[in-house]
Amino acid sequence: MALQSLDVQRRSATSTASPQARKTLEVAKLIDVSRCIGCKACQSACMEWNDLRDEVGVNEGFYTNPKDLSDQSWTLMRFYEENIEGSLQWLILKDGCLHCTEPGCLKACPAPGAIVQFTNGLVDFHQENCIGCGYCISGCPFNIPRLSKHDNKAYKCTLCSDRVSVGLEPACIKTCPTQALSFGSKEDMLAQAEHRLDDLRERGFTKAAVYDPQGVGGTHVVFVLPHGDQPEKYGLPKDPHLGPLLSVWRSWVSRSLGVFTMFAVVVAGVFHYMKVGPLEEPKDDPPAPPSPPRKEA
Amino acid sequence: MATTEKDLRTPAAVGHGEEQPLLRRYPEWERLVHWGVAIAYIFLFLSGLALFHPFFFWTAALFGGGPLLRILHPFLGVTLALLFYPYAAQLWRDNLMTPTDWRWTRHAFDYMNKRYENPPDTGKYNGGQKLMYWSMVAVIAVLVTTGVLIWQPYFAPAFSATTRKAAAVLHAISAFIMFVGIGIHVYAGFWTKGSFRAMTRGTVTRGWARLHYPGWYRQMTGKEP
Repeated sequence: MALQSLDVQRRSATSTASPQARKTLEVAKLIDVSRCIGCKACQSACMEWNDLRDEVGVNEGFYTNPKDLSDQSWTLMRFYEENIEGSLQWLILKDGCLHCTEPGCLKACPAPGAIVQFTNGLVDFHQENCIGCGYCISGCPFNIPRLSKHDNKAYKCTLCSDRVSVGLEPACIKTCPTQALSFGSKEDMLAQAEHRLDDLRERGFTKAAVYDPQGVGGTHVVFVLPHGDQPEKYGLPKDPHLGPLLSVWRSWVSRSLGVFTMFAVVVAGVFHYMKVGPLEEPKDDPPAPPSPPRKEA
Repeated sequence: MATTEKDLRTPAAVGHGEEQPLLRRYPEWERLVHWGVAIAYIFLFLSGLALFHPFFFWTAALFGGGPLLRILHPFLGVTLALLFYPYAAQLWRDNLMTPTDWRWTRHAFDYMNKRYENPPDTGKYNGGQKLMYWSMVAVIAVLVTTGVLIWQPYFAPAFSATTRKAAAVLHAISAFIMFVGIGIHVYAGFWTKGSFRAMTRGTVTRGWARLHYPGWYRQMTGKEP
């Protein structure tokens, strides 16, 4: 997508400002896990709108199907059987990109403009700029992006950026039959989540919580988790953050210092030559014997 | 080391104009492999820079764009390693550090300022060259290993994100060390007149050998330097 019609917050591997003449409302998708019945309508809607067809797999013995996210499956219902406080809980989580405020994928990406973050909070992959290095996968704290085996481009949920940019809600939201999914301004979604928490607590889910992890600056996909004290039971990291390794690896400061030092080495060579001059090749042996015998060592 | 009529054949014809025969320093295979490694390094470095810092992403154009650059870079790396290690295996004995060499390294700064001469028992290489040799042996090993860990799409999926991040950091640090090392190496060759000829045509003058590598000179000519 060309950038002129979009409202871009930042672009991967770009040191100058992105086109951001307009400011748009910060949006979010709210996933109320307590209302989800695991019908997978959102999965189907995602395939429909984005015109994706994953390979037909085999039954792996559990409901999660296909068994993992892929370049063709951008959202996936994951089913977990967990023992929580002595009782069996069947947990269902709609997995997919969380659209972080501080996206690890974007930070890791070395290809200019392959990953963009819009001012409304959506993080999108622009495959025409993707070089297939997989750094976004290493950078993601949620293990979301997937490289296609066919074209070596990375894919993930776009939060239907094409729909949202023209004022429509994402396809998964539109199709959800139980109102487990909502879409709107992040502020509204957080307020709605608080209402849901009150309701859940009344029903005895005293540990219910909103999952909007601050380690990545908050996300634009927010969960209401009935067992909010144990997000890892839903397959969500307890305290996701970009981590020191990513910071060291993709830090502007360290990389720019590296480049600067490399320039400095070249410049030092030039100046050394000017100051000290070359180590001249001496004349041959002064006595100049006509033909010295060669001896092998 | 095989010697030969060949390298002594026509000293006048190679334009030195001296009566004294030249000494052969690097045989043909060594020069060819050395420049093979050098060319692989140039391409590796140019392509790696694009991935290292967006300031250099333009080098992707030299490789037919970002995706092709990403595909080519690791294969170039394997090519370099396949050329370098058999070559290095032939040279390790000549590169063992001696007390003289350690003394040289302590005077490296003086040497750069022409205040220190290579000691009389300097062999085929001086201390700086030997350290360069061993650092390249180590750094290329790290680059190849970490490079495999982040090689998409063949090997990287087998390793965890943490492993890949750590590998990428080590890869960048090693590449940086390699650049600085190679930078010093190239400059030293340019600075030390007569060296470039050694690695292009294989021969050096006796005066050059006597000044820089007295021990090697003695070994080659049977004369005291």
